Amino acid sequence: MIKLTVNGHEHELETEPDTPLLYVLRDELALSGAKFGCGLGQCGACTVMLDGKAVFSCLTPLLLAAGKNVTTVEGLGTLEAPGPLQRAFIEEQAAQCGYCIAGMMMRAQALLVKNSSPTDAEIRAAMEPNLCRCGTHMRILRAIKRAAALIKTADAGAAGRARP
Amino acid sequence: MMNSVILSRRRVLAGAGALVVSFGAAHAIGQEGNTAQDMQSGARVSPPAPLPGSLKDAPLLDSWIRIDGDGGITVFTGKVELGQGIKTSLLQVAAEQLSVPLQALKLQTADTALTPNEGFTAGSHSMQDSGTAIMHAAAQSRIILVGEAGRRLGLPPDQLEAKDGFVQAPDGRKLSYGELVSEQILHVRAQPSSPLKHPNSFSVMNTPVRRADIPAMVTGAPAYVQDMRPPGMVHARVVRPPSYEAQLVSVDSEAVENAPGVLKVVRDGNFLAVIAVSEYQAVKAMRLLAAAARWDEKSALPRLSDLPNAILSLPSQDSEILRQGQPESSSGGRKLEAKYTKPYHSHGSIGPSCAIAEASGDQVTVWTHTQGVFPDRDAIAGMLHLPKENVRCIHAEGSGCYGHNGADDAAGDAALIARAYPNVPVRVQWMREQEHAWEPYGPAMVTHLAASLGDDGSIRDWQHEVWSNTHSMRPGGAGALLAAQHMADRVPAPPPKPLPLPEGGGDRNAIPLYKFPNARVVHHFLPAMPLRVSALRALGAYMNVFSIESFMDELAEAVGTDSVEFRLKHLEDQRARDTVAKAAEKFNWSAFQKRAGRGRGFGFARYKNLAAYCAIAAEVEVDRDSGRAKLVRAVAAVDSGQIVNPDGLVNQVEGAILQSTSWTLYESVSFDDTRITSIDWATYPIMRFAQVPESIEVHLINRPGQPFLGAGETAQGPAAGAVANAVAHAIGKRIRDLPLSGERIRQASM
Repeated sequence: MIKLTVNGHEHELETEPDTPLLYVLRDELALSGAKFGCGLGQCGACTVMLDGKAVFSCLTPLLLAAGKNVTTVEGLGTLEAPGPLQRAFIEEQAAQCGYCIAGMMMRAQALLVKNSSPTDAEIRAAMEPNLCRCGTHMRILRAIKRAAALIKTADAGAAGRARP
Repeated sequence: MMNSVILSRRRVLAGAGALVVSFGAAHAIGQEGNTAQDMQSGARVSPPAPLPGSLKDAPLLDSWIRIDGDGGITVFTGKVELGQGIKTSLLQVAAEQLSVPLQALKLQTADTALTPNEGFTAGSHSMQDSGTAIMHAAAQSRIILVGEAGRRLGLPPDQLEAKDGFVQAPDGRKLSYGELVSEQILHVRAQPSSPLKHPNSFSVMNTPVRRADIPAMVTGAPAYVQDMRPPGMVHARVVRPPSYEAQLVSVDSEAVENAPGVLKVVRDGNFLAVIAVSEYQAVKAMRLLAAAARWDEKSALPRLSDLPNAILSLPSQDSEILRQGQPESSSGGRKLEAKYTKPYHSHGSIGPSCAIAEASGDQVTVWTHTQGVFPDRDAIAGMLHLPKENVRCIHAEGSGCYGHNGADDAAGDAALIARAYPNVPVRVQWMREQEHAWEPYGPAMVTHLAASLGDDGSIRDWQHEVWSNTHSMRPGGAGALLAAQHMADRVPAPPPKPLPLPEGGGDRNAIPLYKFPNARVVHHFLPAMPLRVSALRALGAYMNVFSIESFMDELAEAVGTDSVEFRLKHLEDQRARDTVAKAAEKFNWSAFQKRAGRGRGFGFARYKNLAAYCAIAAEVEVDRDSGRAKLVRAVAAVDSGQIVNPDGLVNQVEGAILQSTSWTLYESVSFDDTRITSIDWATYPIMRFAQVPESIEVHLINRPGQPFLGAGETAQGPAAGAVANAVAHAIGKRIRDLPLSGERIRQASM
């Protein structure tokens, strides 16, 4: 039995421990965001966050994720209430086929968690492991900048509200 | 060409009555027999004229637009969404011409059971063919509904207005489309021309509507065939041969059959696959099965280091596709010639190909990200020896394909495996190395260009020869599918054919848009295919435009003329001239200051000489030590006729520039004498964020009311020309062999 927390929900899994996290997310938990791209850690389509850090879920055995917090793109918001990073990608129309996008977003989220005001150079460097074949890169970069600004606005709003 | 007539609103409404009368005639005849044939005879009433876009092949309005009694409206297209945004732009066209809100429409994309057969979603044809058909069908449907409202309200149609899904009378009475529609009212043959809305009145077309499918992509909602999970679904993986000619000698599959979760091992000749309960069990079982298989391989591939000569030594079928004036006869004048080469390119989809199939009795249903559900259906039916009607192919989105990648093959794999394991949905996804090693590549090509210059510094004589394989081995016949080629009852690949002009294949865009007094263009079609090839975005246009635009710069330099000025000197087409001028102006071409290690370059073409115009100015930077070049910025101008979704168009062109830059600077399929060796992203590197430019600007030239000109591929060639010319400008040397790799640039600079 392996315990895994995904987007705040705890799961107990009977899955064989060598199974890459990607297959657990997709096939057992029915989370479609992380995608199979290469299975080799070369393209980043499978990127998710593990305890706040971006990892290739195709190369991360379930055993190494045990007891940790996994965040997937589903954890950033919903269709009805998209989170700031999701809103930014929609507002910039930062997708063509979109297959790489969930992985891009999780790589970007891990950056923004660590660094709320990344420079253009820092964003490019952080995104280096992820591939896009449609050539949507300019929009992805703009969306990440926009998300940083949106998150700041949201934080400022939250900080301004009275807390119990 | 579509027969669009742009009328003022008054003339539209005045004309509506006449149209309704002629529809009425066809309608009455149609109702007698209720068949398309009767519709055809109805067409005799008004002599047949060519119908616009894909209405030619599916002339009934309700093949495209269906309105339910409850007012629900569905738009049908035989095209598919490939990431180019047509699910949004086709609805924009329909909403505008139907006078309904965009949100009121649903779109049904290609499904062999439901939609018109529009062949392949390829060649930048979606807006030209399907968009044009839907535009006219929507406009004609609106007029029929207005006419019906007039009949019911006892008012002439020109006093009525269609708005937001209602037909309104001046006295305030209104009828909804749902109330007006009856079963047969749109079951009529389309007319050759339509009362289209005036572009000045557009509220949905030519606006940057957000794509409807992006929210699902960014929230992880199931958006792709890869994400489908029908109840009871099982997972399969294929074990492909290690090389093209390999024969399966033996396979001891006992250990695999006993592996956890394995349901079945499927062997049919050289076709080998395994089915398991879970996906990762299928992956592990595939690895075991691959290790257990013994193959006999043949060394049949050409020498990569000598690829251009290997291409040139293949037998060729030659055709002169242009002869103008007296080519080769010009005496005197300065002569230049150059040979350019291109390697094989991968489509390189980020998501390996995938399909789900379910077989039940002698019926098979396949969910596939193919570009052509109807041809793929025909191929699968042929492979399985089933009547076409027994196979249904339903399109579901996949990763971007940029042409004929492994999508059709994966659909064939799934169908064959599902027949061996019936009554449950079987999902097959290829592994990365399978996609890279087995997809049909964009062909390697060679061009030879020669020209002589007159005393006035213009081109007197132009010669262009191109050597190429076919650029389409798409399905239709079963032999196009890998599974059919590998099964015991094998169907060989059909003999390749050149694609006919004016669109062309290897000779696409080989005829320049530039005007020369004497010119000759020859297509050397090469039937023998050492590597598996088919359609990759822009087909031969990428290489021909790269060659033409490189050579134009070489000639401009020889006569000491600015390269933009030199192009304009040879361009008569005013829209071409406008496009070139716009890109040059926005790039600030004339004020460019050359810096060490930097260079600027220009490229232009009209895709296929009949689709969108595209001009690109680019600036590159070359690293002194590594020789690696990087695009710094690009400025494009595009004229694609009437714009439907400006942001969608910009997105397509931006993407095309980056993809073409990646092909041009970094990409090449590699192989040894037996096997493909570029089998992942380490051995087939493409552009990463470190190589992404600082900026890309796309400037659109709208042509209100003009036909849609396909734009999805228009930038591939011009971007290659602009980047190559900028590299030459940066290093002061011309490299004519693609890719313009760091190694080649370093050697050239020494």
